[in-house]
Amino acid sequence: MTTRTIKVDYLARVEGEGAFKVVVRDGAVRSAELKIFEPPRFFESFLRGRAAIEAPDLTARICGICPVAYQMSAVHAIEDAFGITVDGPIRALRRLIYCGEWIESHALHVYMLHAPDFLGYDGAIDMARDHAEAVRRGLMLKKAGNAIVALIGGREIHPVNIRVGGFYRVPRRRELDPLAEELKRARDLALETVRWVAGFDFPDSERDYAFVALRHPHEYPFNEGRIVSNRGLDIPVSDFDRHFREMQVARSTALHSRMADGSSYLVGPLARYALNFDRLSPPAQEAARESGLGPVCSNPYRGIIVRAVEILHACDEALRIIADYAEPDRPHVAVEPRPGIGHGATEAPRGLLFHRYEIDGDGLITAARIVPPTAQNQASIEEDLAGHVGGFLDLPKTELQHKCEQTIRNYDPCISCATHFLKLRIDRE
Amino acid sequence: MTPTPRKPRLAVWKFASCDGCQLSLLDCEDELLDIAAAIDIAYFPEAARGVIRGRYDLSLVEGSVTTAHDAERIRDIRARSRVLVTIGACATAGGIQALRNFADVRDYAAAVYPDPAHIDTLATSTPIADHVPVDFELRGCPVSKRQLVETIAAHLAGRRPVVPAHSVCIECKLRGLTCVMVARGTPCLGPVTQAGCGAICPAHDRGCYGCFGPMETPNAAALAERARELGLGQDELRRAFRSFNAAAPAFREESERHDDQNDQG
Ligand code: SF4
Ligand code: SF4
Repeated sequence: MTTRTIKVDYLARVEGEGAFKVVVRDGAVRSAELKIFEPPRFFESFLRGRAAIEAPDLTARICGICPVAYQMSAVHAIEDAFGITVDGPIRALRRLIYCGEWIESHALHVYMLHAPDFLGYDGAIDMARDHAEAVRRGLMLKKAGNAIVALIGGREIHPVNIRVGGFYRVPRRRELDPLAEELKRARDLALETVRWVAGFDFPDSERDYAFVALRHPHEYPFNEGRIVSNRGLDIPVSDFDRHFREMQVARSTALHSRMADGSSYLVGPLARYALNFDRLSPPAQEAARESGLGPVCSNPYRGIIVRAVEILHACDEALRIIADYAEPDRPHVAVEPRPGIGHGATEAPRGLLFHRYEIDGDGLITAARIVPPTAQNQASIEEDLAGHVGGFLDLPKTELQHKCEQTIRNYDPCISCATHFLKLRIDRE
Repeated sequence: MTPTPRKPRLAVWKFASCDGCQLSLLDCEDELLDIAAAIDIAYFPEAARGVIRGRYDLSLVEGSVTTAHDAERIRDIRARSRVLVTIGACATAGGIQALRNFADVRDYAAAVYPDPAHIDTLATSTPIADHVPVDFELRGCPVSKRQLVETIAAHLAGRRPVVPAHSVCIECKLRGLTCVMVARGTPCLGPVTQAGCGAICPAHDRGCYGCFGPMETPNAAALAERARELGLGQDELRRAFRSFNAAAPAFREESERHDDQNDQG
């Protein structure tokens, strides 16, 4: 009996600290584990006793890459508990800042974290020696996304302007004009991005995923919608807990989110795209078709094209929102705390992000639950790893390691997010 | 041909954090490639797979120490770094995760984990400077990009970074912003908070919530008194000083003055 272990102790080009371990015995993959070794920061614990209206600023600090997503899921959950609805220009501005975060985060992943795998570099700075123009394009796109977040939110990371009920201050019409100019340029860069990544070499690797994402009657989903799947699920956000749970997997030390029947599922760009293709802007649909994507993409490597298509969509959507923007009378609706339970789910760049709060009569949080995308995708990532490695066992060790890393990076896992919630045991043997 | 001198080596390290401060470096879209040309990025796993082992001219450290293993790791990093700069509230003050310092971490673990016995964590979250000597501390949750670039540039040039020590209040005045506390009666930590952000909260019609931590010799008690007059209760005052820089001494002491048993008001 021969046993081989393929391990990487520190995954590069992912957000946060993770590792993986694949055990192969007698030529067959016995186990594949994505390990998360970031120390927990106990958000769900310290949120208890904090004012509900503090949750957007506090939970933003879970993740520096997608703080807007945390702020958005938090405000929606708390507004749900308080019985508040936000619409009109304030709602549109929320979508606008979310567009900015998608552009920034996807450009970071496409150009700096993922493309180097396809082109054979250690990282984007390395890649810039031979592909300077592409890297500059990526940086310009990222900057355009950041420009939206900074203009609406006050700064790129942990924006200060988002609050329960809306914003502290809303921009004047004329403040948005220069942004529109920058976004028109970004739109062209996004289209070039789709074409650029569509030319990469992709392994044949289709998987039959259970896709889960929000779906909204008219829009490609950011803040609102029902939770749907390609297996017939169609539920309001408040039913999340009934259909998804965290389960301990035999021989694994981590709990993964799974569907109630125990099966794995996938959230994120592939899922959003497959479930909402018809809601993409027409140019984004067109670019997807041109790049050879059908309305469903089940090849995780091609996820890079789907991200590029979503960047284009976000640029289109941002331009549309800016064109239609009329300053609201007040930057936020009135907020009257009241006791209750609130649920919120929005589409973080990496997928569905669920928050649930219990709030008491003083407006304080008594219980908080946060389920980030990477915790939901962990089971799928591990299945992919196990499925994949089997085909590459003859490769030399370093190449095999690299293949495994690439498999994981397809999902753009954000370990900083995942860690604080994954129920894990750190195995230090 | 004269040999080119070796470029200085930069390493970026992560401890308990949200990754936001190191992301600030990648957010310097206009400067990133120039910075990369002037230095060797020897270790920055969030950005690149390649690793150059050995010694580093400049180490940027993000995050706080929350495990015994991390307390060891920072000593090793210090020993291999000529200059060590901590970036952000986590690294300089323990970050938001230092809220555990005011609670029982076992309760915290039990609330999140079904099997808390296996969670490897210390009872406190502490800044890097509690463990090793630090050459320079850059504040903020997150740090300001501008100050980060200035800090790197200064260390490459062998000079002290130009980072003002005054309060957010002064930044407001420099920007010509109306004081939110005077004009609107909005409580604001600006008078006791270290500058650096550009007074963005007051610029967005909101009070500063202290994410850059206490300035040198702040008069937190006087500000708390003023905020009490504006209507903040004891619990709100405690929470105001107990957030992203909760374990910074000046904010910790002020928040403790508003603990139930200590409140004088
Ligand atoms: S200081 Fe704030 S922004 Fe920086 S790593 Fe810590 S939580 Fe993130
Ligand atoms: S005004 Fe205060 S809370 Fe706001 S960003 Fe500046 S230091 Fe942070």
